[in-house]
Amino acid sequence: MIQALILAAAMATAAPTPSGPTFKIEHPSATHPGEEEVAPYAASPANAGAVEFEGDALWKAFHEKAGVDRVVDDLVDRSLANPAISDIFKSHDMVRLRRTLKEQFCYLLNGPCDYSGRDMKAAHKDMGLQNTDFNILVEELQAAMDHEKIGFRDQNRFLAKLAPMQRQAVER
Amino acid sequence: MRALSAALLGASLVVGAHAAQADELRPGGKLLLTQGVSNVEGAAGGGIASWALISGYETRDGIGGNLHATYVNLPDYEFRAVGGAVGFRDRVELSYTRQDFDTGATGAKLGLGSGFTFHQDVVGAKLRVLGDAVYNQDSWVPQVAVGAQYKKADRGAVIGLLGGKHDSGVDWYVAATKVLLDQSLVLSGAVRATKANQTGLLGFGGNKHDGYQAEFEGSAALLLTRKIAVGVEYRTKPDNLAGLKENNWADAFVAYAINKTVSVTAAYVDLGEIATFKGQRGVYLSLQAGF
Repeated sequence: MIQALILAAAMATAAPTPSGPTFKIEHPSATHPGEEEVAPYAASPANAGAVEFEGDALWKAFHEKAGVDRVVDDLVDRSLANPAISDIFKSHDMVRLRRTLKEQFCYLLNGPCDYSGRDMKAAHKDMGLQNTDFNILVEELQAAMDHEKIGFRDQNRFLAKLAPMQRQAVER
Repeated sequence: MRALSAALLGASLVVGAHAAQADELRPGGKLLLTQGVSNVEGAAGGGIASWALISGYETRDGIGGNLHATYVNLPDYEFRAVGGAVGFRDRVELSYTRQDFDTGATGAKLGLGSGFTFHQDVVGAKLRVLGDAVYNQDSWVPQVAVGAQYKKADRGAVIGLLGGKHDSGVDWYVAATKVLLDQSLVLSGAVRATKANQTGLLGFGGNKHDGYQAEFEGSAALLLTRKIAVGVEYRTKPDNLAGLKENNWADAFVAYAINKTVSVTAAYVDLGEIATFKGQRGVYLSLQAGF
């Protein structure tokens, strides 16, 4: 994350054209107002870290787009309110996080979305996450899914998609 | 750009502060019920089977542990166990359990005297050797652990009269456990090399057979909620003593994690024939507290 920002900053400083706006168009974030710049990267569905579900059962179980958006917003709000993990988000672009998480969840649940974010390794780089942090986030997600009244077994099917991301997200 | 540079400097400081805490020990952190429960021999498992999970709610970054008290009421006997287990970095589990097998009124019928009680100390060690039961949902590979249990029974003289060869022994086992999250299932199997008669309470080896035998322990559990799992278990056992038939064990259980400190396991167990008394079926209750 930080390296990416430094790289972006270095590239921006070295850019021959002084006008910021023209340069920004080359950045994925430029199409998303309110987000900080990130270094260019190749967007790919593979970045979502798992293969999407088949069929629409899970998408419906999560109450489609509106439900997924509520779950992600609730997850982020709960995480920011949890002193055990809130510090992790301090230097983070929360606007971008909410958007890319919504995209990722929507994509994995086989909703009509593409994931435009970075891969799980790059997205969690230098956050220094421990297993405990990962699991606390899972618990907050479970609470958010409970609040959305998503069935326990459907929650677990979704968590089965996310669980292997522990290997990329947890660094220490 | 100046604002961005300032932001970068601030961010670098935050990252630096994080790196400085790289080796901090953190207790807790495992997800609810993903440490199993303390079984009759004190290892993390189900009720009668040993699992590859490591006791305690710690992750690889900390230390956890549990105390447990277990009670089984059978038609002709009573079984009690009290013990504790410590988990280090979700890698190593050390456990100790004291078992009492109380013959009650049956003791008189056996010629041992009313209330005659067999005791056994079980010291266990378990090492997780590969896999992760919870995270690796994209692979069939289970969490695998190897374990050893040193068992010392206290009624050597009586054990000798019953045909038992030794009053202590070591069990060796390898266990494989997998949480199939997309099915909300937990499956576990273990192979145990043992000479133990009734897990060792009636000694080790016997007049019929005195070598190590490979025995199987299997569990299947369904996660109903985050706090409740229901399941069945089966455990095969040696049959070393002439005249004292020993049967395989089975149970159906409910494990309820009230929170990350306390959990309760209730089961209906079928322990078959024990010391000539058949049909030892009854209720198993276990209370566990830890962190």
